[in-house]
Amino acid sequence: MAVLTFTPEGIHCPAGGFHIDPWRPVDRALITHGHADHARPGHAHYLATETAAPVIRHRLGDIALDTIPYGETRRIGDATVSFHPAGHVSGSAQIRVAVGGEVWVVSGDYKTEPDGLSEPFEPVKCHAFVTECTFGLPVFKWAPQAEIAAEINAWWAATLAQGRTPVLGAYALGKAQRLLACLDPSIGPILTHGAVETVNEVLRAQGLALPDTIRVTPETDPKDHPNALVLSTPSGLGTTWMRRFGQTSAAFASGWMRLRGVRRRRAADRGFVMSDHADWDGLNAAIRDTGAERVFVTHGYTAQFRRWLEDQGYDAQVVDTEFEGESLDTPDAEDAA
Amino acid sequence: MKRFAALFTRLDQTTRTTAKVAALADYFSEAPEPDRLWTIALLSGRRPKRTVNATILREWASDTAKIPLWLFEESYAIVGDLAETIALVLPPNRTESDHSLTHWITEIRRLPTLEEPDRRALIDAAWDRLDASERFLFNKLLTGGFRVGVSRTLMTRALARATGIDEPDLALRLMGDWSPDTTTYRRLVLEPDPEEDLSRPYPFFLAYQLEDDPEDLGPVTDWLAEHKWDGIRGQLILRGGTHHVWSRGEELMTDRFPELAAARDFVPDGTVIDGEILAWTDDAPLPFAALQKRIGRKTVPKKLLAEAPVILKAYDLLEWQGGDIRATPLKDRRALLDTLVESLPADAPIRLSPRLAADTWKILADTRARARDIGAEGLMLKRLDSPYRVGRTKGDWWKWKVDPLTVDAVMIYAQQGHGRRANLFTDFTFAVWDGDTLVPFTKAYSGLTDAEFRQITAWVRKNTLERYGPVRAVTPEHVFEIHFEGIQASTRHKSGLALRFPRMARWRHDKKAAEANTLGDLKQMLAAYG
Ligand SMILES: [Zn+2]
Ligand SMILES: [Zn+2]
Repeated sequence: MAVLTFTPEGIHCPAGGFHIDPWRPVDRALITHGHADHARPGHAHYLATETAAPVIRHRLGDIALDTIPYGETRRIGDATVSFHPAGHVSGSAQIRVAVGGEVWVVSGDYKTEPDGLSEPFEPVKCHAFVTECTFGLPVFKWAPQAEIAAEINAWWAATLAQGRTPVLGAYALGKAQRLLACLDPSIGPILTHGAVETVNEVLRAQGLALPDTIRVTPETDPKDHPNALVLSTPSGLGTTWMRRFGQTSAAFASGWMRLRGVRRRRAADRGFVMSDHADWDGLNAAIRDTGAERVFVTHGYTAQFRRWLEDQGYDAQVVDTEFEGESLDTPDAEDAA
Repeated sequence: MKRFAALFTRLDQTTRTTAKVAALADYFSEAPEPDRLWTIALLSGRRPKRTVNATILREWASDTAKIPLWLFEESYAIVGDLAETIALVLPPNRTESDHSLTHWITEIRRLPTLEEPDRRALIDAAWDRLDASERFLFNKLLTGGFRVGVSRTLMTRALARATGIDEPDLALRLMGDWSPDTTTYRRLVLEPDPEEDLSRPYPFFLAYQLEDDPEDLGPVTDWLAEHKWDGIRGQLILRGGTHHVWSRGEELMTDRFPELAAARDFVPDGTVIDGEILAWTDDAPLPFAALQKRIGRKTVPKKLLAEAPVILKAYDLLEWQGGDIRATPLKDRRALLDTLVESLPADAPIRLSPRLAADTWKILADTRARARDIGAEGLMLKRLDSPYRVGRTKGDWWKWKVDPLTVDAVMIYAQQGHGRRANLFTDFTFAVWDGDTLVPFTKAYSGLTDAEFRQITAWVRKNTLERYGPVRAVTPEHVFEIHFEGIQASTRHKSGLALRFPRMARWRHDKKAAEANTLGDLKQMLAAYG
């Protein structure tokens, strides 16, 4: 019998009577992480990792949220569940579900390269693996984070040398904090868009060490902060909000920046290829390391990736989920979601 | 190649014109002269020919990248650019190379002389020595599709800055029948011999579309109005006892239009005429499709010559009695042109583009509204005291096109875009009603904002009825206003017609699918304008 089934509400575990990242209201929802397409409002009961909980609470308000440490098992109905680091954002988890002797794992969103901020991805042995494949094509390959960090810091310094203010756009939860950790504070101070700073505050309150930042308010005078870099949300780029900084140079950090066409569409001056999702090699390594024979692909280039996996000898199927919608339709949030 | 790749990266990383010009000017000051010459050639559309078959190149790339060919093709479909796809799937290069741009172009042009295994070895060795951005450019040169977002005008401006030569003068020097094989940087740019290239055309003066009320242009009597003809803009050059025909895209088309050779019998040497090449019979233009058949042919069969004979509709006179008269006011150039063309016999392949007389803008607006009836695209407005300028310049010339044709159609298929819009559904097929069935009649890709594309993408994902490979049939629900420039009969399409330049003008949220136009409506347009 299938440990998990794919229903209109989302991924369902009949033996445990719960759903994973459901997009329609259910009684019991296990949440992989706090991004909007995974943690939705309206469920009666929530379960998430201890580190993911504060952001989920912040976003969804007063909900019945229970937490669980990574690696701890919990019995729900006839199923045993545990949460394991997914390396996507702070607190993100893969969810392992065992029923009888059969083990399935739902990856949520994940990234295999450690970023120094989120709990590093851990492969979990299983019989069946439900994996995202946002970047499931061989053109998507990421350079090591240290290399991208050096590029970004060089751009910061070069932009200042041109007499402009660098404005870097990144998704408020996850990418923004990862960038913060990459930025070299010896170049100058870091100003943050309100939406980014709000998430920073939530994460700092739970003990995450983030560099110092200054929230941009209507009173903020850029002249008081020479050499600053501005960390904005993607939607802040190119808007009137940016005008207060005078002459700017805008950059955007996303896995999609790997494609020249998308880079040009953003109409930013620079595009840094940095993603919170696994690249082609990461996806393949992660799947191999689970030892799974069956793979369900969701969220991304599913048709192509399924065929590739079948070529590699896996029993692979496409699962249409509504994560896909969120992740691909909002290029601003796309690969952070 | 490193310097050229750095230039390309600088150009690609900015949307600011001043930054692009600065990057190019730096390059033109620092790069070795042969590389400068090649860069000018590349940026003025003088690309080396494709020397490797694209199919074989895809096989080699997927083989070297150790992925199956089908996956390479799927990746290509998303990336939308062959050179880029190859650069992205290959493993990182293991060594470096200091060779120049000219070296790599020479290597690429050597390929046709090699046996196939040696060709592959040369390309693999290049891929292994060039980093990601160099490799992308190498592939671009290899596939013959090199294009950068730098206009000719910007390139000329940068070169003017680097050399101190006047911009219009430089623009002229860079025109004509040269290639890096026939000249050097010194001879082309620094010390040109005016006698060297008798075929050299003048840089074309191009007009912007008039967006404002024509009343804002001042008194109508300051302007020359004529029809905007839908053919190939060209220059007819008569010098040294011979003639040349250049297209606006700076392609030499002398042999494609042998009719124009007759000009040598009537038009004096030392004359250059700017005009529109049109397929023309019985005092009216043939549809653009007739001319298109001619463009495709290097030598023209007799039958086609008889079916679609061409003429030059003369707009302007740029050279007269061997002298460059571009600085002379239009009204004087035009007077000379009128006298010249009126002196030609009636069967000469050169006709005047008639001046449209008008005392008021209102009269011209009426003429414009009827332009499609005589096969024109609208009107051209040219200031009578203006010189013939270089490139696209605002102020003295305007094109005042007729309003596009429109039809309300239902979206029935959707496909993911590529390149710029790789992650969105952007390619749609539209249908009109024929009784109670929807008949597809056109595709359209452009015209919506990114926000609208995101909205429709989300909708497509949730309203897919069926998948045919990458194409999704969707619920026929959304109506779009499709704009297009022309309509022609076509046996290739189920609807029996084909549109020119279709695009989505508006998403008609206010209309239901049942309110879309019918095939009958389109057939009426075909009868009127086809
Ligand atoms: Zn996410
Ligand atoms: Zn997601």
